[in-house]
Amino acid sequence: MSLLTQANFLLDITRTRGIVRRYFVVNGFDGALTMLGLIMGFIVSAPTDLSMVVGVCLGAAIALSMSGISSAYISESAERKYALGELEKAMISDLHNSAHGVASRWVPLLIALVNGLAPLVISLLILSPLWLSIAGINLPVPPLYAAILVALLLTFLLGVFLGRISGVTWLRSGIQASLVAVITASLIYFFVGN
Amino acid sequence: MVNVKRIVLDVLKPHQPNALDFARTIAETGVDYRVKLIVLEIDENTETVQIQLFGSEIDFNTIQSAITNMGGSLHSIDEVEVHNETVAG
Repeated sequence: MSLLTQANFLLDITRTRGIVRRYFVVNGFDGALTMLGLIMGFIVSAPTDLSMVVGVCLGAAIALSMSGISSAYISESAERKYALGELEKAMISDLHNSAHGVASRWVPLLIALVNGLAPLVISLLILSPLWLSIAGINLPVPPLYAAILVALLLTFLLGVFLGRISGVTWLRSGIQASLVAVITASLIYFFVGN
Repeated sequence: MVNVKRIVLDVLKPHQPNALDFARTIAETGVDYRVKLIVLEIDENTETVQIQLFGSEIDFNTIQSAITNMGGSLHSIDEVEVHNETVAG
């Protein structure tokens, strides 16, 4: 059984596919909005060196990722142990070596990785225009604004992803998610910029 | 050579894997296995199923191991059909 098939099987028997999806979107959204907020803060503040912006944003992205991994692992580990205990009571047998036992050990790790990597990957994508600019590549828009555009695009895509799951029109769902990002950016502009 | 051709098992299993995946996994343990699974009773966390397995040479230990791996518990062997296929002479 391949690693992917095994992971799918474990998610199926624990019925945690929905949880993984939810964590991916929730923490991905956290990552996108945090980066958007930080970059908006730099835009409305006194001009700063790009490498410092990258340093600050990367620090926040790593912290978000570690927070996502640890919190999801601790909570999901407890949930899976409880679920396994309940199942063992119902089956009147030790399920430690069964697929359910394996799932109770691996599924929390899998969920933690998704929860932690979603904000990190999304943050790295948002920061990519800054790296390109530092590397000497000319962008059609200033790098901080390009990063804002990438953040808006990614929140739109997260909305589209949610729309596809819930069966809502992808465009409507994408616009709804983008609207949250636009409102966040506007609030920062009005409260921090003035 | 004595071969098991048919076996009927009474098994208690969790709801997951579902009946389809459960039967499929058991069928995959042999090259020519045919599996008929009947759900007899459903409780809050478990279900009692009857598994009828057909094959030319059923390996009971492999079947039992597959059932245990999926979290199932074998309650009883209800029926067995065994053929003696030793060639005379």
